[in-house]
Amino acid sequence: MKLTVNGESHEVAAGTLAALLAELDYEGGWLATALNGEVVPARERDGCVLAEGDRIEILAPMKGG
Amino acid sequence: MLELYGQQVSSRLLLGTALYPSPAIMAEAIKASGADIVTVSLRRETSGGKTGGQFWSLIQSLGVRVLPNTAGCHSIKEAVTTARMAREVFGTNWIKLEVIGNHDTLQPDVFGLVDAAKILAAEGFEVFPYTTDDLVVAGRLVDAGCKVLMPWCAPIGSARGPQNPDALRSLRGHFPDVPLIVDAGIGRPSHAATVMELGYDAVLLNTAVAKAGDPVAMAAAFGKAVRAGRQAFGAGLLEPRDMAVPSTPVIGMAAFS
Repeated sequence: MKLTVNGESHEVAAGTLAALLAELDYEGGWLATALNGEVVPARERDGCVLAEGDRIEILAPMKGG
Repeated sequence: MLELYGQQVSSRLLLGTALYPSPAIMAEAIKASGADIVTVSLRRETSGGKTGGQFWSLIQSLGVRVLPNTAGCHSIKEAVTTARMAREVFGTNWIKLEVIGNHDTLQPDVFGLVDAAKILAAEGFEVFPYTTDDLVVAGRLVDAGCKVLMPWCAPIGSARGPQNPDALRSLRGHFPDVPLIVDAGIGRPSHAATVMELGYDAVLLNTAVAKAGDPVAMAAAFGKAVRAGRQAFGAGLLEPRDMAVPSTPVIGMAAFS
């Protein structure tokens, strides 16, 4: 399945957002995720089913002013 | 003591965490400043979530409160979504709301800002809006549910200092009970002292410390300037006068001629 993750195209096997994070080696309780522009809380990632062409954002704490 | 959304804050200097020469210098600068609130952001994570994790661990080790921002967002949708994601990651309802309206000046889109503030306040966010010094916009933000206002004093990163002290004074006068924090445009400690002397409740800055020759020393200097300005405001400042007024007694002068 082809997805766009943080603006880059990825071919993945994962069927859920939780599985995608594991497949792409993302780990840590400080990550925030969004699917097609809508926030997906951490507790809902297991049940968040992905579809061809979905756009996923994976964000983390960063320096800021 | 300063209170922001019901939280007591000991330092009136809020510091950003960007642009430092290294994470270690950032940490030392935060300590030297005495700040107990620092701003942070959310950005795309690469390398399996480790960069953000390291930064977040460092911030947590400093024992400071975080104020997440929506920096770089140009639309209401972007800002609101970023705020929701920040709440989940940082575990706070506080959000420094930025809706940028112009690429060159980085000035806020105040129309989008008011609309975004309404949406977020309704969702239980405690909004710290980055706004201009416009009095009417400030009123709309208060109506939208903002209990803190953060007007700029000059464009972000410009180091120009207070460009329109009269507007800042007017805001202070019209909103005596709303905590006012000058956010953006401060270049040197004397700028920070100046706005504190006007009765502002706090100052938020980043670049002036982070890009200083010695960020740790500059952080300490800003901490002192903010305290000095606040103390001076409380002490009652002498108003400027048109004519000279001698300070040494004129009675008792010797006569030599």
